[in-house]
Amino acid sequence: MTPARARWGLVLLGIIAAAGLLAPWLAPADPTAIHLEEALLAPSPHHWLGTDQLGRDVASRLLYGARVSLSVGLVAVGLATLVGIAVGAAAGYFGGLVDALLMRAADIMLCFPTLFLILAVVAFIGPMLLNIMAVIGLTSWMGIARLVRAEILSLRTREFVLAARVAGASPCWIIRRHLLPNALAPILVNITFGMAGAILVESGLSFLGIGIQPPTPSWGNMLSEGKATLGVAWWLTVAPGAAIFLVTLGCHLVGEGLHGSEAPPA
Amino acid sequence: MTSYLIRRIVALIPVLIGITVISFGVMHLAPGRPTDAATDLNVKVSLEARERLNQLYGLNDPLPVQYGRWVGRLARGDFGASFHDGRPVLAKIAERVPITLGINLCALLLTLAVAVPLGLATAARAGSRLDRGVTTLLLIVFSAPSFWLALLALGFFGVELRWVPVSGLQTLLADRWPLWRQWLDLGRHLILPVTILALGDLVIYTRYLRGNLVEVLQQDYIRTARAHGLPPRRVLYRHALRNALLPFITMLGFALPGLLGGSVILESLFGIPGLGRLFYDGVMGRDYPVIMGLVVLGAVLTLAGNLLADLAYAVADPRIRYNER
Repeated sequence: MTPARARWGLVLLGIIAAAGLLAPWLAPADPTAIHLEEALLAPSPHHWLGTDQLGRDVASRLLYGARVSLSVGLVAVGLATLVGIAVGAAAGYFGGLVDALLMRAADIMLCFPTLFLILAVVAFIGPMLLNIMAVIGLTSWMGIARLVRAEILSLRTREFVLAARVAGASPCWIIRRHLLPNALAPILVNITFGMAGAILVESGLSFLGIGIQPPTPSWGNMLSEGKATLGVAWWLTVAPGAAIFLVTLGCHLVGEGLHGSEAPPA
Repeated sequence: MTSYLIRRIVALIPVLIGITVISFGVMHLAPGRPTDAATDLNVKVSLEARERLNQLYGLNDPLPVQYGRWVGRLARGDFGASFHDGRPVLAKIAERVPITLGINLCALLLTLAVAVPLGLATAARAGSRLDRGVTTLLLIVFSAPSFWLALLALGFFGVELRWVPVSGLQTLLADRWPLWRQWLDLGRHLILPVTILALGDLVIYTRYLRGNLVEVLQQDYIRTARAHGLPPRRVLYRHALRNALLPFITMLGFALPGLLGGSVILESLFGIPGLGRLFYDGVMGRDYPVIMGLVVLGAVLTLAGNLLADLAYAVADPRIRYNER
């Protein structure tokens, strides 16, 4: 049952990624072109998801918004995974003082209300795309670090590691070639859930007006524009929210599928 | 137990120092000086006065000196005064705590009232059609962003049907009403935010409880209880549920950061004057003392929550105590 879930999730994410990549060819209109005479039109064959307050085509904005959400999700999670693996591997492999220091750092980061920290930092350094990616990534590496550390702790005294060490392999080589591949499955699960989390945080920030700034379309700032027309133009709240929902669902399905099929090593 | 407690408290010290260092670092990421925000919009503040403010806050001193002084004031409970109205930050936070806490407690009760029966039903028949159906449904609910659900609910129940008010905690001039009507009014304002909050937690709690129950139900003592001929219901409620609920103590201890962070979006959306709204207004208005006060206090309270949860766990579960010795 579970691998089927992962497949559905991958299909969903694949469609959304393709939609984002092909946005310039798929979009029926310019996502930032303002046509005030066409403001707040309901979905129709011409504008199949309607238009917003400024007469911009919602479907086109949605397609371009996929680029923002997916790139923030990918980069933030990539950064978090890199930092998490480095911290976790060093802590687990070297142990002692290195372990104590690194894990204390993770404990400290885990104490902060993450959204408080992200909001404050993004507001201070400016809501640029790269800043948002970096801040989300640097505040979400702790889970992966703990997980990698635990995996490496349980493996590092096994014979195959000892054999590699006797053969003269460097710590870096042992971690990369012998230890990390064994931790791959839980890392992948963490990446998929982390990606959903990063996309939710970005859309939340943009929704609050502290994330991606208009006129660049992002699903979060589209939702916040939809809030202003609540009860007048339902498509402005339904469409971007449904997009966030589908991409999150895709990530969760893949994560669940991997999690379920993650068989214990024979 | 006492030595365990002492060791735990000593271990907190480096974490506390780390929290203050990171908070201090965040504060200094801001372009310009914190006093700029208090003076920029005010043309009456001369350069000389601005310099005096810098002197007052010691912003011309080297960073380590500033940090030391700031931590010293924090230790005495002095979080500074808001740039907006000059009131002590701690007082501003204190008056918002009951609102955020109250809403979250309501949501927690509602969550548990649904999550416990749901977890029991799915775990008792793990792998059944009911179990798979509920699990899939929960995954779908879990994927819907709460602020989107909140917007949809506001649009439908608030704007379209006009069943519930769309913002705030009180109808205008409601304080002239009889008490029962004021309470009813509060309930009508709270029903949407509390339900949306509970919906998000419901998924996490149900799945967590289901997972714990499935694991506990495989333990030897459950088999023993069954072998004694106890009715299945009694085994489930008395033996399994109690043990499966234990890890919730730890979970509640860790819930605070998410609770505070989550309150930012939901409170802004529903116009609820709680801690999240205070933080949002602080960020939008560059009210640095308020921002830093909430960040530091949030982290310190989380730390305290974790410690309390660990201690409560040790009290509730004898196995932990034995292992510690």
